[in-house]
Amino acid sequence: MERPLKQIHLAAHFPGVNNTTVWSDPAAGSQIEFDSFVHLARTAERGLFDFFFLAEGLRLREHRGRIHDLDVVGRPDTLTVLNALAAVTTHLGLAGTVNTTFNEPYELARQFASLDHLSAGRAAWNMVTSSDAFTGENFRRGGYLDHADRYGRAAETIATARELWDAPNGRFTHHGPQFDIAGVFDVPRSPQGHPVLIQAGDSDAGRDFGAAHADAIFTIHSTLEAGQAFHADMRARLLRHRRGADELRILPGATFVLGDTDADAHERADVIRHQQVGPQTAIAFLEQIWGRDLSAHDPDGPLPDVDPDPDAVITRGRVRHGDPAAVAKLWRETAEAKKLSIRELVIELTGRQSFVGSPATVAAQIDEYVQSDACDGFILVPHLTPAGLDEFVDTVVPLLQERGSFRTSYTGTTLRDHLGLRRPDHAAGRAAAS
Amino acid sequence: MSTLRLAVEIGGAGHHPGAWRHDDAHPGRLVDAGYHVELARTAERATLDFVAIPDTFAPPPAALPPSARGRLDAVAVAARVAPVTSGIGLVPTATTTHTEPFHLSKAIATLDYVSHGRAGWEADVSRTEAEARHFGRKHAAPAEDLYAEAGDAIEVVTRLWDSWEDDAVIRDVATGRYVDRDRLHPIDFTGAFFSVRGPSITPRPPQGRPLVVVRVDDDPAWVPAARYADVVRTSAPDLETARSFRARIRAAVEAAGRDPDAVAVLVDIATQLGRSADDAQRTWNELDRLGGRPWRPESSRFAGTPSGLADLVEEWFHEGAADGFVVRPALLPAGLTALADGLVPVLRERDLFRHAYPGRTLRDTFGLARPASRYAA
Repeated sequence: MERPLKQIHLAAHFPGVNNTTVWSDPAAGSQIEFDSFVHLARTAERGLFDFFFLAEGLRLREHRGRIHDLDVVGRPDTLTVLNALAAVTTHLGLAGTVNTTFNEPYELARQFASLDHLSAGRAAWNMVTSSDAFTGENFRRGGYLDHADRYGRAAETIATARELWDAPNGRFTHHGPQFDIAGVFDVPRSPQGHPVLIQAGDSDAGRDFGAAHADAIFTIHSTLEAGQAFHADMRARLLRHRRGADELRILPGATFVLGDTDADAHERADVIRHQQVGPQTAIAFLEQIWGRDLSAHDPDGPLPDVDPDPDAVITRGRVRHGDPAAVAKLWRETAEAKKLSIRELVIELTGRQSFVGSPATVAAQIDEYVQSDACDGFILVPHLTPAGLDEFVDTVVPLLQERGSFRTSYTGTTLRDHLGLRRPDHAAGRAAAS
Repeated sequence: MSTLRLAVEIGGAGHHPGAWRHDDAHPGRLVDAGYHVELARTAERATLDFVAIPDTFAPPPAALPPSARGRLDAVAVAARVAPVTSGIGLVPTATTTHTEPFHLSKAIATLDYVSHGRAGWEADVSRTEAEARHFGRKHAAPAEDLYAEAGDAIEVVTRLWDSWEDDAVIRDVATGRYVDRDRLHPIDFTGAFFSVRGPSITPRPPQGRPLVVVRVDDDPAWVPAARYADVVRTSAPDLETARSFRARIRAAVEAAGRDPDAVAVLVDIATQLGRSADDAQRTWNELDRLGGRPWRPESSRFAGTPSGLADLVEEWFHEGAADGFVVRPALLPAGLTALADGLVPVLRERDLFRHAYPGRTLRDTFGLARPASRYAA
């Protein structure tokens, strides 16, 4: 007997401050005006998405000692935008990324409980933790956190927040290595009990943290097989933490390009990749890996002959992937094998969209990922603000509904309802926190 | 003569400590968005200058049962109200003692974006050890230190608002540049309590700088108020005290190199309006009984008719005792409805108060020009 269709969970990521977001297109609107956020959130709600997602960065990125000026720069305050969006939406979950390093649990617990009340049960917290001294220069406590303490602080932050949310009559006492606090929490228990907790991070420690604490994981998109392996790994980790496999949603981030036909979509995808990786951006990518000033090189010419400077870090405020020497070797081999210029190489290696095709093709691919347990859905990242999700909602969502794997109306009111997650009871919360 | 200012503070079930027990209060709704929206819309119908949304990290009063606590983050409440109002100023309290100036700056800047230019910020301090224990990072400090730190925090917050010049986003396709980084400025603040590098992550807000409100009851609050406040709040039990305070704070503002006519001095007044003076006093007495003791606020208090309150407002305003008032209704929401339907029509009849907002932003309401960034060439 076939198992019933899994229901797909979809979320909308507001276009971020990296080169995925195309600002040069005539259709690209404001990245900061509230109307842009309203448009995208209402589109997601029209499409019956589970939630709207905001990322966070607390220091402007720098490249070669100056503010990186080739991508979108600047964004509003996460929680303030989400509280305002609660006024213009009714069902859509509202997920905010907020750092635990530069905030204290009492204030964080209060802010997320406030959002949960003001949205009538739609709050989610994507908890990130940094040990980044560069970002720390904007804060009174500075970049004091050792890298090894990151997940310790994150775990103690969520444990402490849960103690506050669960505190009988608000009274709490917490003594731990990171926090030694006591008093009265003044926000009554919020509609979801605890806001939905999201964890982003693919390292071993990150996966374990997610298995122990998170309601949803924001991971990176990869092949179907890699997704299945990740899913299986997380299921095993959940069991080790005495949690059921249905207590965690796995939601990779994904980009998409649609067209009337698959061929149209691939043509558009190529145009978008060239918008995302302009000549200057191609050189900046190369400089980030090479650790050198390569501004004299022609982006339409071959890779430079020099090797990367292994010790140089010329980009700050951005996650760094892998060992530069190894990455450079791979890049050089790919360029030679495929006879690619610098720009074409960067497009080839960094610019691939997750889903490219007609609405029918994309709907089928998304459904296949979910039904074959590569994930439970996707956090979609449009490349355009604010209309980048319109076409998906108008064309792909109806096809997913026809397939029987996506809701045709909201059946609950809270984000926990949408995600099929239980509302934590007081006793369970206290046991987990002790 | 300046324009009369009227604001309302919307905290708890009302300003009177016995309010939450009253039949007309809604203590259970304090955590509902709809409750705050209704209050803000009533204030907007009355064309008040702003709603003040109080906040503190202090534990709730011990007398309050958990069912009547219901205090939410004030910036969050203001943001939730912003998209469903259009004229009223939104002034949440956010404290500086245990918070990060960088976060405060972008939160208020963003409130300015989501309200299309109606944000203000009341900067306050956390005085008690109970508040310090909620954070566990330091002990309670003397008021002198708290206000010195608050002054530094306001300096940092306002520098961060200015750290993006207005035209920093250029979207220059030819050169591939989204932003002109020469128009983004580090603020490089170093003080006794913290240092902040900047620039902000949030572009310059619609008003340039949202209005800064500072309450001056303690001596140490004078320094940041004189230096930074667009609006000064104070307590004064009578007209003479208020007039003397206003003259001194205006002198202090001038001594700090600022224009005293650009700073509004608002006196807190606790009110209970009724059809007759007796009627109003009866309700006040009832609140006293519910609160378990006769309660008299530090600042002035009025229980009487709308026209009686209009007389008081007119007298204090014309005598130079205040540029206006922050009304603290003893009981909410009824006390605010009484302002909108009772006091404000009387003041309008006397040509003392506006019939409509003069512009779109809170600066427009206060007749204050949008300031240029201090970093603009």
